[in-house]
Amino acid sequence: MRKFDTAVQYLKYKVLREVTRFSFKGNLMEKITDIPKIITPGKEPTMRCCVYKERAILAERVKLAMGGDSSNPNVIEVIDIACDECPMGGYSVTSACRGCIAHRCESACRRGAISFDENHTAHIDKSKCVECGMCAKVCPYGAIHNLKRPCERACKVDAISVDENTKAAKINNDKCISCGACVYQCPFGAISDKSFILNVIDLLKKSDANNYKVYAVVAPSIASQFTYAKIGQVVTGLKQMGFYTVVEAALGADMVAVKETKELVEKGFLTTSCCPGFVAYINKHYPDMSEHISHNYSPMAEIGKYIKDNEPDAKVVFIGPCTAKKMEIKREDVKPYVDAVITYEELQALFDGKEIDITTLPEGVLDNASYYGRIFARSGGVADAVVEGLKELNITDFDYKPVPCDGIEQCRVALLKASKGVLNGNFIEGMACVGGCIGGAGCLTHGEKNKAEVDKYGKEAYEKTIMDAISVLK
Amino acid sequence: MKISVCIGSSCHLKGSHEVVRLFKEYIERHHLEDKITLNGTFCLGKCSDDGVSVQIDDGEIYGVTANNFEEFAMTHLSNL
Repeated sequence: MRKFDTAVQYLKYKVLREVTRFSFKGNLMEKITDIPKIITPGKEPTMRCCVYKERAILAERVKLAMGGDSSNPNVIEVIDIACDECPMGGYSVTSACRGCIAHRCESACRRGAISFDENHTAHIDKSKCVECGMCAKVCPYGAIHNLKRPCERACKVDAISVDENTKAAKINNDKCISCGACVYQCPFGAISDKSFILNVIDLLKKSDANNYKVYAVVAPSIASQFTYAKIGQVVTGLKQMGFYTVVEAALGADMVAVKETKELVEKGFLTTSCCPGFVAYINKHYPDMSEHISHNYSPMAEIGKYIKDNEPDAKVVFIGPCTAKKMEIKREDVKPYVDAVITYEELQALFDGKEIDITTLPEGVLDNASYYGRIFARSGGVADAVVEGLKELNITDFDYKPVPCDGIEQCRVALLKASKGVLNGNFIEGMACVGGCIGGAGCLTHGEKNKAEVDKYGKEAYEKTIMDAISVLK
Repeated sequence: MKISVCIGSSCHLKGSHEVVRLFKEYIERHHLEDKITLNGTFCLGKCSDDGVSVQIDDGEIYGVTANNFEEFAMTHLSNL
């Protein structure tokens, strides 16, 4: 088995792999209805109540692997028949309540929502409860649990609710920032990002006949992924699959770092524009702050633009950890520069569907960017790059106070303070995922060592300064 | 004249940075700013050849290093 964090990821991967396999062979349309049976053969169910439901859900996954519902503008979608309709009663007293006589829960509750029956067992009056959780905190037995659906718990922008009719999870597109937190957290795999692997395969297949080159732009977080092989082998694998060459998105990050430094000094206050989840969060939840978002492109769009400015008929595919990037390339100003976005999960499926075992390949090279461009992959990276940018641009009279935020909860605090004019800082580095891109929903694995891997990869960069890395571009 | 220097990974490690610097110096020294546009490109498909890949307009691709730069400039740039 491949190295994924969960069996849900593995299941999604198997569907993507089969779709890839048939697509490369050219018989996907003929085989499409066979895929659920290939994954769940026989008569015995392996995950659900019966094989028929399993296959029905798999058929939905096949649809998502092929781009999903085109009438839904969001790239994150609920598979309603896969949703287990988890309980969602909020704070509830469980059978672990011993009926003690201390009644700390009652004292802690400011709303008077807790009462006791003849056995001293606590009960919560839901008409009074505001879900503050104080009772759960003070119970010496940990007997009060918060029954919240994992998707709702994962969603820090309150975009998930329950559909009145189906009782399945429902996504409010006006609030959703497509970060993919719910995708990664749903224990039943009932929420998924749409896949555009077929667009990528199509681009690759037609490149020779139409005489254009397909560039793979890989995000720096790749350093923490595919750890069962070498990055150089991933590069060779991509070329074997049909990509013309592989370029680091981190070079785009180097380019952005300099521009963002200059913009900050000019404007005096700025929020970063690298993370499409964070940008969407500001636009949808703090629209008054939108004017402070850096006008620079994200590193992906910046390098895509550079490639296409030099070679207008080139095609650019971004490979990264991010589901929100799939939304970013729908933006009118980004659309011309990046043709498709896939995740590491999807890249793994592409390798295996095409039967490329990267562990057997010779190592290619990947070196375009500096240390600073590469550490954009983890929280604090952009903030550090601006320190370096100020140094390299010889700007000494600017009082730089960065506020690195990873995860929406930290971003929210910083934005709230900034909107009220009480933030002790002038540069909000916002990343929607905890830890930064290395915590992205499209990563194969999420581990403690990922940050260290990115830093190590950064230090291996041939260019030590941002100016060295981008000097060739000017 | 457009000079494209490969800054793809392979050439980068072979010293495209140094070669670009030499071109920039040459252009400045000979006041060729109006005649030569220097730009970076990713991979010209000659990764295994010696030197950094350099293409003049859409023509032939040469392997340029710090050692043979003067010779390259004499041959291709001296009549500008």
